[in-house]
Order: sequence, then structure tokens, then C-alpha cells
Amino acid sequence: MAFDDDIQMKYKEMLANYIQELTEQALYEGQRFSWKAIEHKIPPEEIINIHLKVLKELFPDIPKKILDSFDFLLEVMVGYGLAYQEHQFLRGRQLELKSEIEIAANVQQALLQTNIPKVEELDIGVISVPAKIMNGDYYQFAEHENTMSVAIADVIGKGIPAALCISMIKYAMDSLLESRQNPSYILENLNRVVEQNIDVNMFITMFFGKYDFRTNKITYASAGHEPGFYYCASEDHFYDLQSKGLVLGVDRQVKYEQYELNLFQNDMIILLSDGVTETRTKEGFIDRAAVTSAIRAHLHLPAQQIVENIYKDFEKMQGFQLRDDFTLIIMKKNV
Amino acid sequence: MDGQSCVMIMNEWDIVAARQLGRHAAKELGFGAVDQARITTAISELARNIYHYANGGKIYIDKIEEKEKKGIKITASDHGPGIPDIRKAMEDGFTTSGGLGAGLPGVKRLMDEFYIDSKTGEGTVVQVVKWLR
Repeated sequence: MAFDDDIQMKYKEMLANYIQELTEQALYEGQRFSWKAIEHKIPPEEIINIHLKVLKELFPDIPKKILDSFDFLLEVMVGYGLAYQEHQFLRGRQLELKSEIEIAANVQQALLQTNIPKVEELDIGVISVPAKIMNGDYYQFAEHENTMSVAIADVIGKGIPAALCISMIKYAMDSLLESRQNPSYILENLNRVVEQNIDVNMFITMFFGKYDFRTNKITYASAGHEPGFYYCASEDHFYDLQSKGLVLGVDRQVKYEQYELNLFQNDMIILLSDGVTETRTKEGFIDRAAVTSAIRAHLHLPAQQIVENIYKDFEKMQGFQLRDDFTLIIMKKNV
Repeated sequence: MDGQSCVMIMNEWDIVAARQLGRHAAKELGFGAVDQARITTAISELARNIYHYANGGKIYIDKIEEKEKKGIKITASDHGPGIPDIRKAMEDGFTTSGGLGAGLPGVKRLMDEFYIDSKTGEGTVVQVVKWLR
């Protein structure tokens, strides 16, 4: 490497120049040299050694005691050199880990892939954004002959452990959805799966709804999930989607109550994860009314645009730093 | 092999004696100031391990020659409790930030070759080499 070869000559030139002129420009050269040296992985003790050699060349009659003092300095700096090398190594390791996690996130994304149904009766908009690289929120749509189901779940916690947990839920759901059962049946089954397979310190909340195109009725149940909203167009009013139910994985005997709601033209069902309501501004957490008024502000738009606009608004409100995974689903009754 | 020298490590002063011996050999072989400091740091670390964990042992210093290469070989040997999980002891982590010195990964970095063998209840042998460039 060319830099390594004439490093001592370069250093000598720069040092001599500085001693001669004592200018800021000459010092700045020194700083630029340090970046180059770091780039070439030259440890600190090596720099001291070069400094010593150059000093000997520039001032042949330096007292021996001063020269000897450099042995002491070298001894001290070897430790720093080791710490520096270790730091370089750990930095490399960190980059490796990061790319590994990114690959895992892609795998997860492929795994959780769900198609949003395109149906005449409903206009559906979805956004789901992870706070870190991997998503601890999950949603899934499924279409059957005359019905459509929607699930939204949230693992308490975020990052990789939450994401691993979610992948398991997805598999359990896939087989459960085949059964085309009622929301309460689905949640009760899932609850047993979670209770058996997941660490006691990990909790999952879930909302599950089933929409019947023949009756325009949505049947739903919730396992401790952040309540969604029901927008009644004829009253122009937002209601909380009332439901009771324990989070998944706590008690295997738990029963989930089922609720029903008839949808009419322009009515909306809004589902969300607590990442939406726990949006934090400088003044503290926003309240649920902030969510409904945000929806109201975009009411005239298609569902997908509403959720995207709300995400942008909320992202901006918290200074573009998501603290929790953010998932928002809006289903609007068309005809 | 050209004359082996050895220091018994029983107390903290012996660490200094081992360093002294190592530095002397390194100087004779023609190692520069930086490599001398690296070699003695490695010796300190190995000697300290013996002193702290093994209740005594030995440090051998050898001048070696191989295919026109010259170098210094340091062997640390003890009959202490041994290292139950060598992989863990060799794990690169935050050894230098704990105020406890370089650790075995540090020794490995300071030298060109590193060899370790340890049996629980029997003891540990660490052998390191630095070649003269």
C-alpha cells in the first residue's frame, strides 16, 4: 500500500512544516492525515513510533532521556491500540448483524404477505410500518365464498422477539382460517396455541372480524386488542368498537365474546395497533380523539389514501421517530 | 531452537521478571520499539492470567527460526483449574473496556500466532509467536 510505505516521509514533511510555520493550515494537514491513517487501520502506538523516528531525524541531538520517555508512552498506548482494534472488529460485527436482520425482515415480509381483497362492497386501506427493522404488528385478510375475514394482532414488545412471535401466529392462523369458523372459535383456538408455545412474558393482542357480504354484517371478537372505531355515516359519529376479552396466552380456558354490527353505505370499520394511539408528541401521548379527528379530516378520500395520510401526519407529529410498530386499517362500506 | 529461558510466576513481581526476559529477547532479535511493547504486553497478560487464576505456573521465552524467519515464542503453562469454555474465553467482546486488560483475544491480536489448550482440572497451555518482519 502506497500510504503505508511512505507514511513516515509524509509525516516528517508535515511535522517539519508545522514546526517551521506554526500555522493552522499545517495543523489541519495533521488532522487530514489522521483520517487517512485510520482508514489504513494504523494503530495509535504506530503513530507514536513514527513521531519518535521523525523527531530523531529532525533533531539529532534530542536528550536521551526524552527519547526514553517515548518507550513509556508506547507502553501506555499499546492498550489503547488494542481497544481500538477491538472497536473496529465490533463495528464489522455490527454491520454483519444489521444485514442479517435486514435479510430476516425480508423473509418475514414474504412470510406475512397477505392480499388485500378487492371487493365491490368494501373500500379497504392498510398501512403497517415497523418501528425498527422487523414488524411486531400483523394483519391478515382472507376471502371465502361469501365472507371475508380480517385479523390484526400486536405483540407486546417490538423488534426481533416480537417478530418471531408474529411469525408463529401467522402459521397458526393459516390453518385456523381453513376452518372458516366464527371469531370467538378462532381466538379461543389461537389462545391455546399461544399459551402452549410462547414465553410467559410475551403477550399478544388480537382483533378478529368476519364480514358477510350477503348480510353486510361484521361479526367480531377481540383478545385485549386496542379497540377500533365504528364510523356511523348516517349519524356522522365515531363509536369505539366495544369488545371484551383477555389477551392471548394468559389463560387457556378463556372464552371470547362475539359482537355484531350491520354496516350501511359509507360506514367505516377502523382497526389499529397501539402504535397509532401511542403516538407521542412533545406534549405527551395523543388521545384516541386525535385519531378520529385525523380520519374525519380525510373522510372524502379513498381508504388507502386516508391511512397513508394519517401515517404521514402522525409520523411528522412525533418528529419522524416511530416508537412502536404502526398499523392502521380502514374498511369503508361502498354500496 | 536457541536457548530457552523460563520464569516461574508465583507473585506479582514475577510478572515484571517475565516481561524483562521477553523484552530482552525481543530486543536481541531486533524487534522495533512498538513490537517490543506489544510482545511485553502479551507476556504481562499471560503472566497475569497465571498469577490470578492458576496459583502459579511458568512462562517460557524462546528465540525461534523457521525458513529464514526469526521470531519469538512465548509459552505460558500452568496446572491451574483450566478454562471450562475456551470459546467463551476467546470471544471478542468488550474485554478492553472492563479495566481488566487485554484478555486472551487481546493477546491473540498482539501476536502473529496463537495456540491454546486447556483441560479442566489439569491446567492450561497458551503458546504465541511473533515473527520479525
